[in-house]
Amino acid sequence: MIRKAKEKGPNLAIDFAGISLRNPVMVASGTFGYGEEYAELVDLNRLGAIVTKTITLKPRLGNEPPRIVETASGILNSIGLQNVGVDAFISEKLPFLREYDVPLIVSIAGETSDEYVELAKTLRGEGISGLELNLSCPNIRYNRKLMFAQDPKVTHRVVSRVRKATSLPLIVKLSPNVTDIASIARICEEAGADGISLINTFLGMAIDVESREPMLRQITGGLSGPAIKPIALRMVYEVHKVVEIPIIGMGGIMAAGDALEFIIAGAKAVAIGTGNFVDPRTPIKVIDGIRAYLVKNKIRDIKSIVGSLKCPKGSL
Amino acid sequence: MENMVQVDAKILENREIAPERYKMVLSAPQIARQTKPGQFIHVRVSKSFPPLLRRPFSVHRLEGQKIELLYRVVGEGTKILSGKKKGEYLDILGPLGNGYRLPSATSKVSDIILVAGGTGVASLLFLAESISVPDSELSILVLIGAKSREELLSEGDFRRLGCRVEVATENGTKGYKGLVSNLLEKFLPLSGDKSKPLVFACGPTEMLKRIGEISRRHRFPCQVSLEERLACGVGACLGCVVKAKGSTYTYKRVCKDGPVFNAGELIWE
Repeated sequence: MIRKAKEKGPNLAIDFAGISLRNPVMVASGTFGYGEEYAELVDLNRLGAIVTKTITLKPRLGNEPPRIVETASGILNSIGLQNVGVDAFISEKLPFLREYDVPLIVSIAGETSDEYVELAKTLRGEGISGLELNLSCPNIRYNRKLMFAQDPKVTHRVVSRVRKATSLPLIVKLSPNVTDIASIARICEEAGADGISLINTFLGMAIDVESREPMLRQITGGLSGPAIKPIALRMVYEVHKVVEIPIIGMGGIMAAGDALEFIIAGAKAVAIGTGNFVDPRTPIKVIDGIRAYLVKNKIRDIKSIVGSLKCPKGSL
Repeated sequence: MENMVQVDAKILENREIAPERYKMVLSAPQIARQTKPGQFIHVRVSKSFPPLLRRPFSVHRLEGQKIELLYRVVGEGTKILSGKKKGEYLDILGPLGNGYRLPSATSKVSDIILVAGGTGVASLLFLAESISVPDSELSILVLIGAKSREELLSEGDFRRLGCRVEVATENGTKGYKGLVSNLLEKFLPLSGDKSKPLVFACGPTEMLKRIGEISRRHRFPCQVSLEERLACGVGACLGCVVKAKGSTYTYKRVCKDGPVFNAGELIWE
């Protein structure tokens, strides 16, 4: 009996900061709930990883509505970190997610560095694959002024303190609302981060001209979606040049082509955010599209194109 | 077990039935066989963007494997939808949300009042079709409100089901002149009623707020179907919340905990 040689497809598996992923496509924090909301529509076992909705030490009610408004090819939101709190997350949400064969990266946020440390400790031994420090939520202001990730010193302190509190892979999610994101990323690396998530939302606003009222109750909110993709991409490119640790690129990824741009710019993994709302099939379409691209271009391994941007000679 | 599904549904019909008001019929057997009154589908009106987000529409009627929607052109998304042709396909998610809770066969409810404002008739017709049983003791009174005579919808459909229908127009071109919530008060308290009426309402938020207030004063159970801008539609993004009673208060998701709520559980502001 002659057996047909099984054709080996391209390799999409990567190691991200010590986490083994079957492919580099994750779902971004805050856009996929605790996984259960999408489980009927999406085969969770096909995802590279799930980054869960940011949790805090205590449950948070979130902001007054309206919390969301659509703008040109984007969404402004000010949810306000509504979440069940870490205890309910562990007892009510994690058991469901652990039924699946998919790495879980848990996003955490605190109002002080102590709270970040406390969260990291509380999540020890809960069978999760990594932590994402959300230092860039527009709703939490350190000393009522800046986001954590807008202050280099505060960023260094939080990351190094959490580093000492956990042996889990530590990914830091940065804010694009800064002058020089590359220097903040460097600080995270120095403080012991294992990876960088780029980027959180851009601060923005929208106004109803008839009533002259803001469209969001909080007046400003975070902008996501295709509208921000070129800026997000530029930030991944800038950070990739100065850090060794891997990057998760995100911001308006709607199709495989968008994800490939981030990968070529230097992201080892990507995350789908707003794209989940538009089409829950987006992550799966992106995975399939990346594979098709590799086949078409005879590329055997996704890793070989990470940061492979061909810049014209003489460019900076 | 019920499951929401994402399907490409064929458009069987899409026509203007009144100025800016359209009726769309979709072939979607997987969704049609499990949808209950008050539930909605989340429609991607365009493969390109803007508009970026899906648009939610409550189910107006079910007929075998077909879903009927009734919608008004209010913005860019519904404008694009109104231009869709028979034979095209639409990417839809559904059925979504918690619909109306129907009175059980053993409940003592004998009078049901449906209050619709504008395109609020959309989900209430489906409800009326589900509860109207010929020759039953149950009496269904339907109050329909609109700005003017031209904007009144579905009056004949409710009558054909055997419902008693009264209309209110803000400009007085037909029926009672004024708001449909004021018309409701004219029927209260129901004469000689042994039990409280059960009221279901769907329409603009201001109207629902007034009806919620009337239900509190007259102490009758009332379910309201809310309309909100939605992003995900499946309870993940927490963008569509409304304030509800809790130890202090809590936020409930219109898309997942609703869109139908007991008027008494909401905090109207």
